[in-house]
Amino acid sequence: MDTSLIVNLTYIAASIFFIVGLKMLGSPETARRGNLLSSSGMLLAVVVTLLDQNIIDYRYIAGALLAGSLVGYFAATKVKMTSMPEMVAIFNGFGGIASLLVGSSEYIHSSLNNPALMGAIYLTVLIGGVTFTGSLIAYGKLSEVISGRPFLYKGQQFVNGLLLISILLVGANMLFVQEFITPNQTLILLIVLAFILGVLFVIPIGGADMPVVIALLNSFSGLAACAAGFVITNNVLIVAGALVGASGLILTNIMCKAMNRSLSNVLFSGFGAVSDTSSDSEEDQGEVSPINAQDAYLILEAATSVLIVPGYGMAVAQAQHAVRELGELLEANGAEVKYAIHPVAGRMPGHMNVLLAEANVSYDVLVEPEDVNPIMDTVDVCMVIGANDVVNPDAKDNEGSPIYGMPIIEVDNSKTVFVLKRSMASGFAGIQNPLFFKSNSRMLFGDAKETVSTLVSEFKG
Amino acid sequence: MESQIILLIFILVLSIFLGIELITKVPSTLHTPLMSGANAISGITLVGAILSSGSSELITIILGSSAVFFASINVVGGYLVTNRMLGMFKKK
Repeated sequence: MDTSLIVNLTYIAASIFFIVGLKMLGSPETARRGNLLSSSGMLLAVVVTLLDQNIIDYRYIAGALLAGSLVGYFAATKVKMTSMPEMVAIFNGFGGIASLLVGSSEYIHSSLNNPALMGAIYLTVLIGGVTFTGSLIAYGKLSEVISGRPFLYKGQQFVNGLLLISILLVGANMLFVQEFITPNQTLILLIVLAFILGVLFVIPIGGADMPVVIALLNSFSGLAACAAGFVITNNVLIVAGALVGASGLILTNIMCKAMNRSLSNVLFSGFGAVSDTSSDSEEDQGEVSPINAQDAYLILEAATSVLIVPGYGMAVAQAQHAVRELGELLEANGAEVKYAIHPVAGRMPGHMNVLLAEANVSYDVLVEPEDVNPIMDTVDVCMVIGANDVVNPDAKDNEGSPIYGMPIIEVDNSKTVFVLKRSMASGFAGIQNPLFFKSNSRMLFGDAKETVSTLVSEFKG
Repeated sequence: MESQIILLIFILVLSIFLGIELITKVPSTLHTPLMSGANAISGITLVGAILSSGSSELITIILGSSAVFFASINVVGGYLVTNRMLGMFKKK
């Protein structure tokens, strides 16, 4: 058998491993083995690629592989679970830049008179570049190196339009004309434009919309690999890239639906740019009723069913371990405890689930809004921990609200709601939350971790 | 050349539909590991990077090795962190 046949058969095997691996991610019981299977597929593909006869010099490949693996190893073992969104964002970016470099390297010694190949290279470099800088900006926003606020400026549409036209013109020149500028200049210009596009694409999007952006960039990193597959006519890149592309698109769609907003609204509206609502509307709502931890304990102690609703605030306060401890004490006290997780809670899809899993909360008590909303009136106490917009009743009651129509966790229908909150500042969207003013709501002001710890010590004491 | 491209597009289209079928079945609890796992798979571009870095020309060596470097961070980091996360999902 010749090498190329062995290589291609192995690529088929690798593709099967990826597919079955993703299928096994469908259940928490099999997910870990699925990931292992998928990584074995990757190992197979890489090893067999190293057998390629066109490789003249292995030194640089080996060096780069080793260096990259070490960086990846340390990043993966050191990262805190609360920083997972940043981590995934930056990894997306690395995938994108790798595809860009592959595309560029192929461009340098390929025949320019092949529009199909040029088109594939063009897409690889463009998508790879956008993924790279877009992910860097997303990383910056998530790790708060740069402001998480949406960045809007005058003439934004115009600048974006100009940029898109330039990118299309460069593409037309690259595919069909090959005049005006040299091939190298074309490539460099395309890379620069793609980088700028990536920055301008993510910079206007606010921190709380990052789940959508990360999912989308995830999809892009797959599509860039897929396009690279067309450049080097390699099936496994196309299959794997398309799987990732589809995965990212589905997650993007789920996130948008969970906010009742269209993708274009998320990407272009600069949602949350309005600093805050006018103070008049706040006064209309009436008074909030604060409660202290001691009184809250007495209510919790008598409760037979408790629903915990975590949000990004829980991640910021690192309160997940204290929350788990409280949950266990409540269970020991005879209450049924569940955790209701909104799809867009946190800064990436499934963020809250990972944090609670880290704190040892069993995954079968993590439920989705549609599971708990119908039985909400039987819940004695809802504890809203660092969540705001996802429990805002305006989403179903107030047609004028910017979040009207967004599916929420209807905690206001439960008997008592505890809202753990630092202060009365409004949520990310800058929208007042009438939940706080309802007669069954009690505000537990302060740091979420401290408040929960106080409740824990009340139970123990 | 043309028939080859058609074949590749054929593979692309089927893979996308397969991906959609697979991913819609993943529960929301596992969406973060799904993302980081899928992210690791997108590091498959490492294969392309290896193929393009094995030449004797300096510029392609530079571009190719950089691509290998970034893609291997993506692959190794992505799979390891996914494994770490999935190890935390336990049922009592």
